[in-house]
Amino acid sequence: MIQVFGEFKKESVKSREFLMLGFSPGSAPLQQRWRNNGLSADFLADYLTTFFPTDDYEPGTREAKLKGAVSYIANELLENAMKFNYDTCDYQITLKFKLYSDHLVLRVTNHIQKKIMSRFQRFIHELLNSEPRELYIRQIKRSKEDESISGLGLLTMINDYDAKLGWQFETVEPNPEVIVVTTMAQLPI
Amino acid sequence: MEITTKEYSVKYDTETASVYCQGTLRLNGQEYGPIMQLLNQVAALEPPLITLNLRGLRALNSSGISMLGRFVFAMNEKKTIQLLMQGSHEIAWQEKWAKNFQLLMPSLQVEWE
Repeated sequence: MIQVFGEFKKESVKSREFLMLGFSPGSAPLQQRWRNNGLSADFLADYLTTFFPTDDYEPGTREAKLKGAVSYIANELLENAMKFNYDTCDYQITLKFKLYSDHLVLRVTNHIQKKIMSRFQRFIHELLNSEPRELYIRQIKRSKEDESISGLGLLTMINDYDAKLGWQFETVEPNPEVIVVTTMAQLPI
Repeated sequence: MEITTKEYSVKYDTETASVYCQGTLRLNGQEYGPIMQLLNQVAALEPPLITLNLRGLRALNSSGISMLGRFVFAMNEKKTIQLLMQGSHEIAWQEKWAKNFQLLMPSLQVEWE
């Protein structure tokens, strides 16, 4: 079964450039791999700059803002994927970056268990149907009670970086149910 | 009161009642515990004004935004401590953080450089 939420699009082959990074969650404990999220996100953001041949990465420029946005969003997508991944299976987590003529796309794919999917979909529904500023305050208050509650990363991608988000869930194993989830973030360039 | 690692530092200067956050803060949720503890210790000293200097903070993940947000919100509820955030236009998204933190504490003062 496939379920789609938000602005999810199938991959177009018409991208100018792409880069894909793969991670093996079972290779080491999460804590040891955590720093890799930021390093990978910064690498991707640096890689992006090669397609905008300008010396002007001064603060405040469009290029500098885009670089900052890619670094933030890629890191948040990876952190979520690592945190909620079903680590007992051998599937890889992938982060794919694609550059198009007027936008770029980041896609993170990982595997989750059904109970995580249900919680995630409830939050997606709330995210897509709430006033962003009210939801921001609500999430901060909620995190006071339960620090493990996520969602602020996705909310800030929309609020602060004008990202369009979409999700696809596909069941790939029936018993126990394992779902492959792809989170897609689009940014105008 | 000070926490220093290779990637970041959080320091409290008693004389100016200022907390300086510097470097890159992309910790895994619960790792923010000691920083939150430091902030709470600062609040327990009851200075009338706490300055949060974020000018050297290059990156902050959503768990870090959540931690600072909780502190800002707690100070708003406490009512006896005023907060001043010092940010830098050099770091593109600090303006967004300030705007969001003002949702949690409408009286939050912000100074830019």
